[in-house]
Amino acid sequence: MEERLLATARDIHGLYPHVHIWGWPIATYLFLGGLAAGILLFATLYYLKGKEDDMPFTVKIAPIFTFFFVSFGSLLLVYDLHHKPFFWRLFTAFRIESPMSWGAWTLMSVTLFSLLWPLSFIDDIHEYLHERGWHRMEKITAWIIRMEHKWKLFRWVVMFFRKYRTVFAWILLFLSIILGIYTGILLSAFNAHPLWNNSILGPLFLTSGVSTGSAFVMWLSNNKKERKLMSTIDMALIATELFFIVHMIMGMQAGPEAYKEAAHLFLGGQFTVLFWVVFVGFGLVLPFILEALELKGLHIHPALPALLVLVGGFIFRIIMVYAGQMSEYHFL
Amino acid sequence: MRYAMAIEVNKCVGCGDCVVACQTENNVPLGYSRDWIVEVVKGEYPNLFLHFESQRCNHCEDTPCVRTCPTGASHVIEGGIVKVTHDECIGCGACIEACPYDARYFHPDGYVDKCTFCDHRVADGLDPACVSVCPTKCMHFGDLDDPDSEISQLLRTREHYTLLPEAGTAPQIYYLK
Repeated sequence: MEERLLATARDIHGLYPHVHIWGWPIATYLFLGGLAAGILLFATLYYLKGKEDDMPFTVKIAPIFTFFFVSFGSLLLVYDLHHKPFFWRLFTAFRIESPMSWGAWTLMSVTLFSLLWPLSFIDDIHEYLHERGWHRMEKITAWIIRMEHKWKLFRWVVMFFRKYRTVFAWILLFLSIILGIYTGILLSAFNAHPLWNNSILGPLFLTSGVSTGSAFVMWLSNNKKERKLMSTIDMALIATELFFIVHMIMGMQAGPEAYKEAAHLFLGGQFTVLFWVVFVGFGLVLPFILEALELKGLHIHPALPALLVLVGGFIFRIIMVYAGQMSEYHFL
Repeated sequence: MRYAMAIEVNKCVGCGDCVVACQTENNVPLGYSRDWIVEVVKGEYPNLFLHFESQRCNHCEDTPCVRTCPTGASHVIEGGIVKVTHDECIGCGACIEACPYDARYFHPDGYVDKCTFCDHRVADGLDPACVSVCPTKCMHFGDLDDPDSEISQLLRTREHYTLLPEAGTAPQIYYLK
């Protein structure tokens, strides 16, 4: 028997009984970052495949949302900082060893591109909104088009982006993969938290993020072909996610004591129900079944599986952020 | 130069002088501390054994806190001392998450704070405050690269252990049995 007790007072918030300094803002950001990465990945990929007219929602409309997702995510990150006036220090340094450093640069670039990408399609978007009868939104695009004609520099930037869109599509495709994988690597870089510290977490977060992206497109698109394709892709992604999850837990179970303890949080510990029933059950398996039934011809509203995947993806990140901080080495 | 600390656990009485000395020397805010004492009880009743460990930042050889810092605020200075530059720190908490010893915390002013091995005293040839006040003289501070230093001799001759060697950070606080 060995018992370890703190003998002098150390009443520091967020350290005892276990580290808890990151909460819902970080989890929400990880979710929004992954979602934006997924949407942009499909937009650029299908643009490069020459499908911009067959899949207008995927390529042109869905990316509009990503600017708001990543901007709100960035605001959450700044909100979570404890030394806020110095946040600009992130951009006076580039440290390849620190995922947060290159992640910050990636996030900033993606934010910029996610604004330029839909701007380069502004005329098509305007037409699309008109066709779908979204007149309020149409007013905004009409205003942007007017501004574009009024301001030469603005017009020049948009035209430049439009001219070299294929090059930018490749860059953005690459950046979206980095953004998606970074949301996982950010956590897996912490050796002090065995639950996070596994190399499958990056691919797992990327897959989950792309899955939420496909769910988002599936939900809001009005094009049957687009929906069917996204639904099929989402099924493959969910299957991959399930494989990664089993793999992750097997890896931890085969590891040293601290890793077995981390796995126990999901295998009988306090996150068991939330993880297996709420996330895996309702966020992965159920939408997979619904999507499969829909492909078989059963009429299921696409919003249902899509919302399950999106809520599931969010809950997954909440679980990982909270459970990860509970999994640690015991020096006390 | 490689600074390290060796602490004789059987001489330590757990008085907490090291903790108070550090708080005074470094203006540590009330309720916070850069070092702390852990009481370790081993065995089965009635055969129980007790010792104390004065703990702090381990000024590791392999520093996950410095690696994960996005701005370079966390850095290693001459002698292997791990420090934080306050006005480069954005208070993101990455280093706090990275440290397996929970040696770092958010200062009420926002930046991350931690043990500095009292580098301002060390530069003047003095021991860190915690070492200098210890009433049982159970703490020894010195340079591991100097084979004749007291700490090198102690580590050569005495059995010792470190905390969480399995975390792989090569900690530099040694506990002499």
